[in-house]
Amino acid sequence: MIDISPSVMQFLLAFIVAAPLLGAAAALLPAPPGLKGRSPEQAVLRHGVTVTGVILAAAIALALGFDHDAPARFQATTDISWIQALNVRIHLGVDGISLPLLLMTALLFFLCALYSYFKLPEGPSPKAFIALLLVLESGTLATFAVLDLLLFFLAFEMVLIPMYFLIARWGRSEGVAGSASARGGGRETGGRKAAAWKFILYTLLGSVVMLLGLLLIGLNSGTFDMVALASDNGRELSRTTQLLAVLAIGTGLAVKTPMWPLHSWLPDAHTAAPTVGSVLLAGVLLKMGTYGFVRILIPVTPDGMAAFAPYLGAFAAVGIVYGSLACLALARKGGKGDLKRLIAYSSVGHMGFVLLGIASMTPTGVNGALFANIAHGLITGLLFFLVGALKDRYGTADLDTLAGATGAALYGRAPRLGALLAFAAVASLGLPGLAGFWGEMLALFGAFDPAGGLPRPAFLTYTAVGAFGTLLTAAYLLIVVRRVCMGDPKAGPELAVADVQRYEFAAWTPLAALTVLAGLWPAVLLGLTDPAVQKLLAGGTS
Amino acid sequence: MTALAVLAAETPNLVQSVDWLAIAPVVITAAVGLAVLVADLFVPEHRKGVLGWVSVAGLAAATAALLPLRAGDRTTFCLTGDPAACSYTADHFALVVQFLVLAGALITALLSVTAVRDARMPAGEYWFLLLSSAAGAALLPASRDLATLIVALEVASLPAFALVGMRRGDRLSSEAALKFFLSSVTATAVSLMGVSFVYAATGSLHLSQVADRLEDVPGQLDTLAMAGVALTLVGFAFKTAAVPFHFWVPDTYVGAPLPIAGYLSVIGKAVGFTGLILVTVIAFPAYSDIWGPALAVLAALTMTLGNAAALRQSADRPNSAVRLLAWSSVGQAGYLLVPIAAAAYSGRDQIGSTVAYALMYAAVNLGAFAVAALVARTKPLQRISDYRGLYAERPLAALSLAFFLLCLAGLPPGLIGLFAKVTVFRSAVDAGLGWLAVVMAVNVVLALYYYLRWTALLFRASEAAETPAESPAAAPARAPWPVTAAIVITAVTAVALSGAPQLVLRFASGSLFPQ
Repeated sequence: MIDISPSVMQFLLAFIVAAPLLGAAAALLPAPPGLKGRSPEQAVLRHGVTVTGVILAAAIALALGFDHDAPARFQATTDISWIQALNVRIHLGVDGISLPLLLMTALLFFLCALYSYFKLPEGPSPKAFIALLLVLESGTLATFAVLDLLLFFLAFEMVLIPMYFLIARWGRSEGVAGSASARGGGRETGGRKAAAWKFILYTLLGSVVMLLGLLLIGLNSGTFDMVALASDNGRELSRTTQLLAVLAIGTGLAVKTPMWPLHSWLPDAHTAAPTVGSVLLAGVLLKMGTYGFVRILIPVTPDGMAAFAPYLGAFAAVGIVYGSLACLALARKGGKGDLKRLIAYSSVGHMGFVLLGIASMTPTGVNGALFANIAHGLITGLLFFLVGALKDRYGTADLDTLAGATGAALYGRAPRLGALLAFAAVASLGLPGLAGFWGEMLALFGAFDPAGGLPRPAFLTYTAVGAFGTLLTAAYLLIVVRRVCMGDPKAGPELAVADVQRYEFAAWTPLAALTVLAGLWPAVLLGLTDPAVQKLLAGGTS
Repeated sequence: MTALAVLAAETPNLVQSVDWLAIAPVVITAAVGLAVLVADLFVPEHRKGVLGWVSVAGLAAATAALLPLRAGDRTTFCLTGDPAACSYTADHFALVVQFLVLAGALITALLSVTAVRDARMPAGEYWFLLLSSAAGAALLPASRDLATLIVALEVASLPAFALVGMRRGDRLSSEAALKFFLSSVTATAVSLMGVSFVYAATGSLHLSQVADRLEDVPGQLDTLAMAGVALTLVGFAFKTAAVPFHFWVPDTYVGAPLPIAGYLSVIGKAVGFTGLILVTVIAFPAYSDIWGPALAVLAALTMTLGNAAALRQSADRPNSAVRLLAWSSVGQAGYLLVPIAAAAYSGRDQIGSTVAYALMYAAVNLGAFAVAALVARTKPLQRISDYRGLYAERPLAALSLAFFLLCLAGLPPGLIGLFAKVTVFRSAVDAGLGWLAVVMAVNVVLALYYYLRWTALLFRASEAAETPAESPAAAPARAPWPVTAAIVITAVTAVALSGAPQLVLRFASGSLFPQ
């Protein structure tokens, strides 16, 4: 849109990836004179807001400078040799697929930093919190910006340790399965510790397997460069290699996504994580898995992917229904459902749509998957913010406790909060006109007419199952809205619930606004992703 | 017996010209060792500290003496008849390993300066033994005949037995030394027998000639040669602590003074794997179909057993920190063996991965021992649970230890550990040892668990902080600066290598041996 010289674009992208790391290091140092603020805590929290804000500004500038007439081409590329021995290059670049994800990541991190500035989760020092948050940001942004398999792996792994500490140190144990908090007194850290361990062990197991797959590709084709591999389109790789590579890499990515049945780390991690952690986990971290499918598996190993696509589709379809049923069970009366846990399970369902779209291997399906990625990031991010706010106000996110006999009556007690929650819920169930609709519809369309060579009857079944899943999704979300937002305000315990605060508005409005924008004007996203997806599926030509 | 004497003794013909520059790193180390032993007689008790600094300076000088050799084209002690057969070769392989040994010994020496003073160990003997062992270890990678190899192995090992038993009046220490001594001597004897078989079958001790003549061993000698090859490997496998020759490791490490445990875990291991590399890829390539699969199985067993045992260490037992490091070093030895096994299938240049991995391992493992030495000053029980809350007490030491552990685990930000593992994986995949790569992957995950558990402990609030009303936490005793220096050097090395892994990984891509 704006003409920015290539070298500036190059710098912007490198800056986006590297600056959070520098910011993290700076956060650990004492504040320089003149920036001390009211207290060291305030200074470091402000530092977090500033750094993420600058990154967001840089990401926006990058998006503005991006040549929207050629979104299939990698832009702002940097390509430096790093480790000759392994032929690893520092290769960065964005195209229409990664740009929206980059922007969303930068936005969510900024909003999270802003939210934490006013509402820091209880835990050890804010210094460490901000440093970890920034390392996490660097890792996620790098995942979407790098074009080298090993660097991708590095970025993928880099998020683990900060996320582990965010869950284990700033998290809460209530609502986590097997939580030790019920034992009373003494150590009540069992739940979140266990959840953090589960998260890291699952993901590590997955990523070690993934590393083997990446090495298999790299060693067999002699390069780790994603661009070269994508334009090669798997011609250098034998069928066996492709199958093994897809199996290995797919497993690692599927754990992260998460795909049913590899999802069981997710509900605990989400429930235990502090609000900001859940927002980032759902909004950003899960996308790294699906992005890997689109960026690596589809173009680099098309034959292997085609062989496994029906199975992927099946798992995705099961995931959709499973996630919805789990949510229904949590949402019903007496289900002892934790709201955070419920939204976590709903992520399993939503990511099922994304995987189904990818499995169809058609431009429609993959575009839908990418769209659903962004939509899920915005909507679920917003939902976790809202539920986190509810939990702070009521001291619990347990649906039965919240709702009491008639319902939590949020409409009556805190009308704005209730309205926002209802908005996010209907967006999440895929109401046309909001962001949640397009992605899932396109994914289902893609599955309805899968790429040649894929078994049509199987995919038709998946489509039907997925469509049934949307109904279930609507059911549980509406139940949640009924039980949380409606009800008799005088029936429940006397409790003054503060309505949406100003900082909460600041953190949530952008998400709500973008949800509406993406729903009403999907072309703004699809115009970016479609040419790039066409190129990927066509094997790097066109 | 010092390396100098060894070198002089094996000179068969006075016409041989000696390239003193080439052997300078070994000679300096040995000479300083002798000088310290003699000086010990004349230095008054309260000035014994000087001996330590002389030794540190000697090791630094020996390390510096590697610089003029970096072209890697010097040989000496060659046969007058056959100038291609030399007993001492300062090629790139030898130089890199010598650097590892001497720099590692330097770090050990820095750690020892305070340990010797605090534990009242006899300074003169201690430094003499340390330097002699280092001289032997430095001689080993450059030796190119079986006799020199065995002698170097012995020179490196014998002083180590005494060093392990150095903690006077400590029953554990002398028991550890005895255990180490007996098992090591048996292994060396077996090795020596193997060498004699090989000599009988080939009629030469020079590795290059042995390699040539093993290609066509007469039929009736074939069994003898094969047995010789197998037995020779045993002695070196013992030094690397490969399963089933690993059982001495935990007790020895626990019984030894901490710096010596670190020394054994790095330099002792380097001695073992260089010996293995030399005999396998240089001397016995003809029998690669025997030692290749054997080493692959050995590697798989070693890493699995080491990691499984490390997993089982409970955090509250006394000495669990050192035990964990000991078992983890057994696991790491398994990774070191993988490229050697791979070399049997796809050419000897694979061993570059072992060298690269060993350099990484040396830096971070010594670093971990350095932090352990620091912590042991205030918490002599050396339990893993003692590390709880280290970050609050000594943030920099805790961050360094966390970084070392992550390097050992191979997890970002410990990039060098990750990439070193990647090169090892690559060598296994290149050689078609897919199963070994998978076993290794499983092991990497197993190891992640205990490394991460320890790392996470560093940042937990300490017990004292959680239960207030106890005595207010006293400010930690000031760390002695040699220990701090050791931590800083290793930490800076590890961080620098993580930023520029090419520094060590280049050894994995080229050839370390002259063509």
